Amino acid sequence: MNHSKTKKVLWRAFQYLTLMAGALASVTPVVVCVITACKTEKEYASTNVMTLPNNWLYVGNFIQAWNKANMATAFRNSLLILVFVLLGSVLTGSMLAYILSRFKFLFNGLIRNLFLFAAMLPGIAMQVSVYQLMYEFHLINTLTGYIILMMGTDVISIYIFIQFFENIPVSLDESAIMDGCTYFGVFFRVLMPLLKPAIITVMILKGVGTYNEYYMANLYLQDKNRLVTVATSLYKFTGPLGSQYNYICAGVIITLLPALVVFIFCQKQIYSGLTQGAVKG
Amino acid sequence: MGERLKMASHVAKWLQKGKVNRLLVIFTFMFVPLFLLLIFTYIPFVKMMGFSFFDMKYIGKREFVGIQNYVAVFQRDDCFKALRLSLYYIGASFIQMSLALYFASVLSTNIRGGNLFKGFMFFPFLICGIAVGFIFKFFYTRGFVLDTVLAWCGFTQDQLPYWLKDTRINNISIAATSVWRYMGQNMVLFIGAIMSVDSTMYEAAAIDGANEWNKFRYIVFPSIKTIIILNMILSITGSLSAFEPPYVITNGSFGTATYFVVMNKLAHENQKVGLASAMAVILLVIILVATLIQKLIFKYFFGEGEEESWRDRKRRKNRQVMPEKEGVL
Repeated sequence: MNHSKTKKVLWRAFQYLTLMAGALASVTPVVVCVITACKTEKEYASTNVMTLPNNWLYVGNFIQAWNKANMATAFRNSLLILVFVLLGSVLTGSMLAYILSRFKFLFNGLIRNLFLFAAMLPGIAMQVSVYQLMYEFHLINTLTGYIILMMGTDVISIYIFIQFFENIPVSLDESAIMDGCTYFGVFFRVLMPLLKPAIITVMILKGVGTYNEYYMANLYLQDKNRLVTVATSLYKFTGPLGSQYNYICAGVIITLLPALVVFIFCQKQIYSGLTQGAVKG
Repeated sequence: MGERLKMASHVAKWLQKGKVNRLLVIFTFMFVPLFLLLIFTYIPFVKMMGFSFFDMKYIGKREFVGIQNYVAVFQRDDCFKALRLSLYYIGASFIQMSLALYFASVLSTNIRGGNLFKGFMFFPFLICGIAVGFIFKFFYTRGFVLDTVLAWCGFTQDQLPYWLKDTRINNISIAATSVWRYMGQNMVLFIGAIMSVDSTMYEAAAIDGANEWNKFRYIVFPSIKTIIILNMILSITGSLSAFEPPYVITNGSFGTATYFVVMNKLAHENQKVGLASAMAVILLVIILVATLIQKLIFKYFFGEGEEESWRDRKRRKNRQVMPEKEGVL
């Protein structure tokens, strides 16, 4: 009895040790960035990167990074992109899910499979021909073009919505129809308000993805003075500024702060959103 | 005027009628998503297949060259051979999944402070790819973070390699960053799967005297194996198309250019659109075949959903056949 108890305690201790190691490994690269971002130029040049800064409240680097990388414009653009992309993808995703879950018609299965297959196509590879298409439509270097490109829905959002619709009894739709509601009315007035949790889940997942997207932003928004986003603003630090890590770290910290805030407040939704999306998708 | 109003109200009534309204709603709600899917996924996909047969740039003349681009992909030193690097990422993703599975099984028990640990380990997933690139360029720079930590452990600077330049180690350093970034996300998925296991099973097992390992082996593992296999499939296809870590950290220099990094360079810097398209098509075929094979293997060993796996069915049949044979003997 006693023997098994010691074993249990040791096992718990081991678990805590590994958890701490894991957590430490996860935060160290970021924490070191914070340390470096708080050092003055002189301090940065003369001390080891792991030495703590003299003054944790030194904001000089943050101001420099903010100005050098044009972050005021970047945040404005990113906000604009986020608003329209989220609006667009929530609307398209929920509408399509409504059709796919509530109506039986010939192409129902085909459409689901089209989205599933689309998720398998490697996005980076596709940009070779998407770029050509965007060029023909004169959508390169326009926010509109980038927003339209990002706005389409994807298989994971569709599945999250479909799952949710399937939990809402169809009798609700039917009784609304009986009362003289059209299908549009059913969707916008009856179902949409009930869909709120799913909408929040999709918005968080899609929002984080959009906020962090840099590859297409870099490709299609080439005018870096006017059309910079938060993610692409960091490109400013390649080239001549490439070894000024006190500025770079400050820039990195600025860009990840919004994600951190969203994470702290919406932890539960993020976890459950990811799990829901993965099980079906 | 009155006539027109009457017409309009007739039309409105007609549109509100069940069947018409149903068709109308199906059409309008499907139009935008399908239109976007067509324009930005399927048309480019078909176009890309077409491009792969041409020698062309984005603008200007194009020349039909048949399968020459495909031949070039296999003959050039920098194209097909780049797929070798995927092995590093496959290795990394297996380490990542084992770690994730371990942490998930620990964190899904009622451990104190579990949420905090979970949050710390998950957060890297939410950092923008390009920021991750900078974080690790900084992390691996000679004499900076990693070297300092290792110096605390007693290594001297001369014993340590250049983490991003030394071709013996740099692919491992880079693949490790993707473990750092995605382990937490994997872990959250696994926790979700473990939590959906019926808790009465644990209680029953505890009464029967099962220890922690037994519980994991016989209750947790069987019920989450589907998601583990799914993640394995995803990780292998993901490794073949590994792009982000080398792109943001070294931009493919010092022998770290994966297949897609090479493709990206050819497409957007050298403007060899035809060749890049051929590369994309080849990888897509490989990925599709790999996925198919993995799915078949999966079906063989584990079955799908409620369906019995092929292996079990075969075993059962063998078992049924056996006694008959004995009877004959």
